[in-house]
This record gives sequence, C-alpha cells and structure tokens, in this order.
Amino acid sequence: MAGSILGNRVLRKEDPKFLTTGGVYVDDLLDEPALQGALHVTYVRSTVAHGVITSIDTSDAASMPGIVAVLTGKDLGLEFVPSAYNPAATRTLLATDKVRFVGEPIAAIVSNTREQGEDAIDAVVIDYDVLPALIDLEEAMASTTLLYEACGSNVVFDSMVLGLPDNTGDAYFADCEVVAKGRFLNQRVAPCPLEVRGAAASWGKDGRLTEWLSTQHAQGAVAPIAAANGIDASMVHVKTPDVGGGFGAKIGAYPEELLLGVIAKRVGKAVRWRETRSESMVGLGHGRAQLQYVTIGGKRDGTVTHYQLWAIQDSGSWVDMGTILAPFMTRPMSSGVYAIPNIECRTTSVVTNTTPTVAYRGAGRPEATAAIERAMDIFALEIGMDAVEVRRKNLIPKFMTPHTTVVGQTYDVGDYETSLNKVLDAADYKGWRAKQKAARDSGATKQIGIGVSVYVEITGGVGNGESAKVEIQDNGHALIYTGTSPHGQGHATSWAMLANEQTGIPIENIELVWGDTDLVPIGTGTMGSRSLQQGGNAVFAVAAELVNKAKSVAARLLEASEEDIVLDKDAGSFHVAGTPAVAKTWADLAVAEKQSGGLVHSDVINVSGATFPFGAHVAVVEVDVETGKVTHIAHTACDDAGKVLNPMLLEGQIHGGVAQGVAQALLEEVCYDPDGNPITSNLADYAFISAAELPSVTVVHMETPTPINLIGAKGIGESGTIGSTPSVQSAVVDAVSQFGVKHIDMPTTAEKVWAAIQSAR
Amino acid sequence: MIPAPFDYKRASSAAEAISLVSEFGEDAKFLAGGHSLLPLMKLRLAQPAVLIDIARIQDLSYIRDAGDHIAIGALTRHMDVEKSPILAEHAPLLSFAASHVGDPQVRHRGTIGGSIAHADSASDLPATTLALGATYVVQGPNGTREIAAADFYIGFLESALAPDEMLTEIRVPKMNGATWGFQKFNRRAQDWAIVGVAAWKRGTESGVGLVNMGSVPVLATSVAKAIAGGASISDAAKLAGAEAEPQSDLNASAQYRVHLAEVLVRRALESTSK
Amino acid sequence: MKVTITVNGTTHESDVEPRTLLVQYVRESLGLTGTNIGCDTSSCGACSLHLNGESVKSCTVLAVQADGGTVTTIEGLAKDGVMHPMQQAFMENHGLQCGYCTPGMVMAAIGLLNENPSPTEEQVRIGLEGNLCRCTGYHNIVKSVLACANNK
Repeated sequence: MAGSILGNRVLRKEDPKFLTTGGVYVDDLLDEPALQGALHVTYVRSTVAHGVITSIDTSDAASMPGIVAVLTGKDLGLEFVPSAYNPAATRTLLATDKVRFVGEPIAAIVSNTREQGEDAIDAVVIDYDVLPALIDLEEAMASTTLLYEACGSNVVFDSMVLGLPDNTGDAYFADCEVVAKGRFLNQRVAPCPLEVRGAAASWGKDGRLTEWLSTQHAQGAVAPIAAANGIDASMVHVKTPDVGGGFGAKIGAYPEELLLGVIAKRVGKAVRWRETRSESMVGLGHGRAQLQYVTIGGKRDGTVTHYQLWAIQDSGSWVDMGTILAPFMTRPMSSGVYAIPNIECRTTSVVTNTTPTVAYRGAGRPEATAAIERAMDIFALEIGMDAVEVRRKNLIPKFMTPHTTVVGQTYDVGDYETSLNKVLDAADYKGWRAKQKAARDSGATKQIGIGVSVYVEITGGVGNGESAKVEIQDNGHALIYTGTSPHGQGHATSWAMLANEQTGIPIENIELVWGDTDLVPIGTGTMGSRSLQQGGNAVFAVAAELVNKAKSVAARLLEASEEDIVLDKDAGSFHVAGTPAVAKTWADLAVAEKQSGGLVHSDVINVSGATFPFGAHVAVVEVDVETGKVTHIAHTACDDAGKVLNPMLLEGQIHGGVAQGVAQALLEEVCYDPDGNPITSNLADYAFISAAELPSVTVVHMETPTPINLIGAKGIGESGTIGSTPSVQSAVVDAVSQFGVKHIDMPTTAEKVWAAIQSAR
Repeated sequence: MIPAPFDYKRASSAAEAISLVSEFGEDAKFLAGGHSLLPLMKLRLAQPAVLIDIARIQDLSYIRDAGDHIAIGALTRHMDVEKSPILAEHAPLLSFAASHVGDPQVRHRGTIGGSIAHADSASDLPATTLALGATYVVQGPNGTREIAAADFYIGFLESALAPDEMLTEIRVPKMNGATWGFQKFNRRAQDWAIVGVAAWKRGTESGVGLVNMGSVPVLATSVAKAIAGGASISDAAKLAGAEAEPQSDLNASAQYRVHLAEVLVRRALESTSK
Repeated sequence: MKVTITVNGTTHESDVEPRTLLVQYVRESLGLTGTNIGCDTSSCGACSLHLNGESVKSCTVLAVQADGGTVTTIEGLAKDGVMHPMQQAFMENHGLQCGYCTPGMVMAAIGLLNENPSPTEEQVRIGLEGNLCRCTGYHNIVKSVLACANNK
C-alpha cells in the first residue's frame, strides 16, 4: 500500500499548461464568445495631485478616429459612494468634483482598438483649480487643507475610535533603567504583480452582467459590481481567468473595474480594459507607508518591560483597506514574539494626495514586526548587549496551548527559541561573526553585517472557514470546487493532494474549479495566507465526508452494511471487508447516483480561529564603506507554518516572500515630488528587485502543528516577507554600527548608508 | 505604451538614408536597434512622424583592425562589441563596457552607433569611447567627415550630428596594453549608472570618461592632467568632479555623485576590471 | 505595411501598422498569447522571445523590424508533446508560480545557455537581470536553469 501523499514534493499539475501554451490571463481571452467585437476602454487620469475640476472637454477626443464615446462621471450619472471604513469620505468612481491623487480616473474613452484609445488621451482637456498637495504624512495629519471636508480632518481612522486608549508618552517609561527611542519609516512600496490590472464586461440577453476580473476574490467583487451597476447581486457573474500575481493588491474591485458594466451598457457592447504598467504604478494600490514612533524601555540586564508604538498610517487618497491595517493587524501583533508586560499602541490613519494604500503581502504585520525588531536592536545598542541575546531573554517561552499577549491577541502554538536556534545554526551565525570581526580588525573596505529577526504573524485572520464541493464524474474523476482563488500558490495540485489522500483518486484525475461565482457562490478568496488552512482544510473535510457518502452508496449496491465497506485507495474502489474481488469503483458509484443528484458533497467548513506562523531569519550583507553600497550575500530562513502539505510549494512561497521583504529593506520605494507627482511610476525608475540582487535562500524546515484545523496547517504566504525585511535592515545597520550608526531607514540605499557613516563619524 | 502613429521607411544604403532624412528633416529619426528610441516613443516622449529604418544597410556592422585603431561599423550590436576577439585584444575597455549595457536581450538589438548618436550622458558607450579618444565618422549629403568624441557631445541628448547626417563608423585607438577599469555604480544590475567611470592608464597617459555626471558625457581632463604631471592615482582621482555638472535626482544627490566619481575613478585606474 | 514573418515554423504574411510592436503582433494577429506584456519601459522581460535565434524583448521591436525574420515563442518549444529541456527543468524545480513571467523567463534562459552553456549561479543571476519575477524570488528559477545546464 502506498504511503500518504501528504508532505511530499509533488510537482505541479498546473505547470505543463503554463510552460507550453502559457496561462490564460484576462487579456488573453481572445476566443471568449461574449467578448467578440468588444470595445476597448482607456481611462484618462488626473495629472494633478489635489485640485477641483473646473471643466472637462471631451469633444476633440470624441471625434478622433475609432472613438465610440468619451464618458465622464457626469455623463454616467455617477453618484457619490462612501468608503466602507469611514462613510464621511465619499467619491464618484470617475472624479467629478475633486481629484485627490495623480492617476485618479476622470474619464473613460471607448474605442475600437486599444491604440485609438491611447491616441485620444491627450485630446481630453481637463482644467483644474490646483489645491495644495498633501504628501508628507505628518503635514497632512496637521493640515487644515482637507481631502474630504466631511471628515473634518485628514485623520480618517484612529484606534481611539475603537475605544482604545491613547499612548501616555514618556511617563510610561518612568520606571525603566534604560529607554531608547526611534522614528522608523516603513516606506511606501508598490506590489507590482507582473500582470497589471485588467477586466472585461459583457451584458447577456438575460440581463445578467458577466465580468472577467484579474482578482484574488471573485465572490467579494459581486456586491460592489452590483451596486455600481444598479442591479441585484444575483444578476452579476464574476469569472476569474488565470491571474498573474496579486499580493493583496487585487482584493476588492477598483473603480476602473466597477465601471466596465456601466460603460458596456452605455455603449451597447462588451468592453475590455487593461492598464499599462505606468498606470498600474499609480492606479493599483500601494503597500506599507507607515511612520512609526517607537519607545522601548527596560532593565540593563536586557529585560524589556515597556514598549510604546504610535503607528501613523498613510491611507493615500481614499479610505481603503490600507487605512485599517494599522489598527486591526499592526496593533494586535505589536508584541511580536516577546513577553513584554507593558505595551501601548495607538494607530492613526491619515489621507494624503497619493495612491490609496491597500493590503500588500503581510498587510500590517511586516510593519509590526519591523517596529519591534528595530526597537529590540536599538535597545540592545543602548545597553551594549548582543542583539540576539536581548531577543532570547525576552522571547515568550514555548507554548502548545493558547498564549495571550498584553495587547489582547491570542496566539495558537509557538516555539520561538527553537526557530531562533535552528536558524543561527544553519546560518553559521558564529562563523559570520568571526568574519565580521576579521573585516573590522583589518579595516577592510567591505564590511560584514549580520541581522537576526524573530517574528510571529497572524494568518487565516480573514474568514472563519471556506466552502468546498467535491463531485465525482461518470468516469470516476473528481471535480473540486473551492472558494479560494489561486494566483500562483498551486491550489490545483494542493487540493488534489488532499482529496487524493481521502479518496485515492489519482491527482491527475482531479481538477479544480475556482473564481466563478455561478459555480462557486460562496468563497473568501486567497489573501492573508488563509487558503490552505481554511480552503484546503475544507477540501480535506468534504472529501472525507464524500467517502462516507460513497460508502453508503457502495453498501447499497453491494447489499452490505455500511460499517463493512472498505475503501481501497490504491485500487480506487469500495468492497465488503473480506471480499475484495467484488468491488465498485468511484465511477460505478457516480453513475449509480446520477439520477438522484450525483455523487457529490458540499459544505462550508469552519475553523476555530486564526493561526500564528513564526520563525527567525538571518541576513548577511556586505557594505562597501566607501560608497555605502549594500550587497545581500546570504539569507537563511526558518519559518514554521505548522504541518507542511507540499514542501516544494512551501519553499517557493518562502523564497518569493523573502525577495519582496529584501526588496523593501534594500531597494524599493514609491516616491513623490513635493507637488504630488509620482517619480517612480514605471519599472525602470521603481527598483523592482531582480535575480542579480538576491542570494539563494537557505530554508530551514520546522513544523509545529496547530490544533486550529484538521490538517494542522498555518499559512506560509507572507512569513518570508515578514521575517526577512527586519533581518536585512538590521544587517545593514550592523555592518556600520562600528562607526556609531544606530539606525538607517529603509530602503537602505547606498547614499543613505554612506551619509549615515559620514554623520556618525 | 503604444507609440503614436508614424510613417516607416527603409533605407538600403547610407546614401538613401541621408536622402530620406534630408527629405523629412526634423520629423524623421533613424531607427537601428531601436533600444534608445522605441522606449521613448512608447511613452510618447518622442513622436517622430517618420522612422527611417537603417538596420538593413549592408556592411555597416563590422569590427576591423585598421592599424592604429579599430574600426567599428555603426550598426554593430552591443553583443558583438562585447564578444569581439579583436576588441578583447585591442580595446578591452570598450568590450567590457558593452557587456554592461542593458541586459542580454537589449544587447542583441541595440547598436553602438545608435547609442553614440542618441548622445545620452547616462549611457555607457558615449563616455567609454570618449575616454578612449575615439573618432566618429559621419556621412552627410556633402560627403563624410570625422568628429572627435571630445567635440561630439554638445548638450543634453544633443550631438554635433547635423539633422541630415548619419553616423557610420566609430574609430577607437588601440589601447596598446594599457590597464583599464570600468566601474558602473547602480542600484540594480539592469539600471542605468548612477555614476559610471571608464578609465585607462599607460604610464603617465590616461583617459577618464564619466557616465551620468552632467548633461553630456564628461571627459575628466583634470584627472588625466594630474596623472601626466606625476600625481598618484589617489590624488588625481580627487579631481574627478572638476569638469562635471552632476544632477541631483531620484537616485542620488549631486554631492554624492561627486563623491562616487572620486572613489570610482580611483578604483578604475587602480585595477583592471574583470 | 506588409510583413512576412516565420513564427514557430509557420510563415505568415500580414498587414500591420508600422507602430505595431512585435509582441502585439504575435499576441493579437497570431493569437499566440503565451508571450506576455508586463511593463512599458523594456524592464521586465515578460515579452522575451527568440528573433533570428536570439532572445529579444519583443515589446521593443516593431513587427516591421522583424520582417523576413524567424520568431520562436514559448508555444514553439515543445515538439510532439515533449517539452524542451528548459521547460522540463522549470517544472521539476518549481520555477514558476503564477506563470506570467514564465514564457519570457524560459526564452531568456534558453538564450542564456545558448551563449554560455555552463554558467555559474552568479552568471545565471546576472544573465537574467532583464527578466523580473514577483512570485518565485528567483531561487527556483536559477535552480531550474542550472539544472538544465547540468543535464545537457
């Protein structure tokens, strides 16, 4: 009998298609019948960061070759819609009165070809009364120039609104022997999925609107699309093609996507839309953008007793998901892996004349981890203790039953010290310290820096469970319907592994259906590293229940009692115990059930809560002290995400997460000039990290199963990012701490490092 | 990301190219590999009404030993400059610099002539050929002329090429065993140089070209003069910024650029790059 | 303007605008949507394919420039259902996740090995500097390319 498939490095069944003919992304839907003859939509966007629109002249554009229509918000009768997170902030999906960021859509050009649409952009003439652009976060917080007058302030969300107390300032640290303070910038970054946003919309003769969307959550787009089109949700059908990356930024639906049905209805034809990368750099939501005021205090022996964080979150110019990550993700995770007995955390979210911020790989937890890890480092510097030893002294000891921190977050299981020890060992931490010493002693131009981070994060915090349906076809193959929405994570292979484990049906005979709201009406999508622990968990449970159903069908057919039926997974058939020669295959059972609804089971399987993956990273950098240039030369990651289903896929998630985390530490930043013009709005100017800037990653395996779900799994998707960023930043500072440098903000560009050395010397 | 519409002509000889560009004047641009021009056109920063494709002109892609110099046809692709055994022997600074232009896909299309004629101070080959004391051969309606690299770059993206002239050949003096260094300082491997240095030294003779240290590629003559006067490399390198007018931009302040130039000039002169 | 381009072994005669990019031509005129567009500054390499046997960024080549030439796209690699060794290596080493950069990455990687059959890890990383990926962190891409090189 073959062993379990679970825990094995199963190659992806998705790959042959992606490698030979390529994925079919939304812009590849050339043969879709409903989209034949579709027109193209091109958006005209604001070139001003903050202003009142005084006039829009579309007449020249409308008369250009191939232009079917040029539509403004007024033309479409768009009404103001409130933000879900602060209803005083309202907007029209095409700006009609004010513009609040460069890139905000103002008009929609509908054309026969995409080129004609692009040709007409400059012919749409928009006049603005320019208002002061609020780009600096603290300036915006204090300013009387308001983005949304009805909000009364540019502060659109504060943790105090939730009844949480304000921070008490320096008095909080009155009893501490040692106090260290820092102001840390967790800079704005751009998610940059390789596939930009795109969508298509078509009205059917039955009055239903079908929208194809490059999304992480089709089911979540139904209600906003329905609302934008003034129809009932039952009249909306969202379909998800292959999606070329999302990283959080393709959750929800953007104005450009919500408007396609409205535009299609107006012009009487199906429409397609695909932004350019330059548009995506300003139109797709941004990540992070949190300013952190941190104070940490404790005893000379390294015990941290007090930690205070004020996280000022840049919402960008709308009150979107980015606004609420600070209070609902950063604050609950502010204790990190440490048993700090006194913690205060206030969060204040502020609108600015920039692209709205959204969830981006980690979504509030990288910020929490970066703050506490930097704080531990500056505390260590203050008391002259090794940064690893300070961490060790304060770690929450291993726990296998729930642990609640003083900020009220309950973690499931954790063994932080073991992950720290494993990573230090695998990284040859001692060896690198010796190399560092040698480089310091010799005064070499290239100095070594070593950074260590220990982290915990929250996954599966979105949703309480997931839907799954497993259906057996007449030929004995299985179809799984999942409420998750893979965009690179390998769910087709992973859920097939789980179903195979229960049913014995070979993986090559199991197909996955997702992202089509008619076929899968209930689903919470793929985000927050929830998919395996909730979606896979549901598949595992539903497949097990399907086996029970199958046994009762087999019992009927074999005229035996159900308890005597055995499933031979290798053979893929059911027989009465002791009589293996008389068997019914999955196909036999499916055919037998055809008239009474088929051999299928569907359910929504809930889990008891979120889970808390954890781990530790070691980063080694080389800093050229004459130029400040940083080279990342080694990275070791120990990430514990509970029971591992497919180590190959797990490692891929870690590698990808690490790359984005390193990118934030070393290279990437979205920048604006003082007038609010974006100056990193293409991939030449924005330093999207390449293979040449990264080392290979040494992954150290660790599995501490969680009791929260059937399969013992937590989420791994964001851990690599959360753990890597602080370790790399720490390594850079460590490389030049010998010169008196205590902190360098991210990204630690060569000039910043060089300037830090000059100031400190 | 789609260029504005334009008319497309093909030239099968240099004479035809020149006659076409004379006909269309400032509305026309030459198209060779297109890897300086097309990116600008896709962002609509350039909107020529006519493109004259010169890439199929025969016999403008060559690398020849011409005695005291190496003659390189303007249509020679970066990849061919990079891999040339003749240049590896006689002008390794140039072949090494070419290996750092863009990425491999870019080097399969972009040409040395296109890069020189585009005259971007942030490009690698203008400053490198400038440092090597190259001469550019230019053909116009009235015949050919030679322009010294030092006289070629006159302003931001502006060269001494008349509107009806075409670059046909780049003549690079043989390096005759000089040591050399090429330092390209950037954020990511695929990026333009924040500051770049192309330098060679043979006894007290030297040539130092700076990338992205002004609106034109910069010949660091003060450095060369100091070396000719017997100064140490270290001391001479401190004069790296003397002829430069670096800008502050997204990637670096002017002050940091000057500092980088000093460090990189020293390094480029101290050891031959690998 | 009329162009004649041989793509994956089939010669096509088409009428294109001068401004039509080669990537648009293969995707829209020929329906070969495997090659993708990821940026507008020739930075990402998702559009990489082979033109006259060499890897190029097809977003920075006009279809008219490819007139008379030979193009190979990702769709043209597998022969009779058998994957090219590079495709096979990517699958065996989990060198792709969302797949969007993959066709360009595979074409660039094949070009890399054509010119340097036994690269070091560093040479692979630098050789792929013009191909961006957001999902894999490049670790397994590099592993795939080295595996393919070692299997030759």
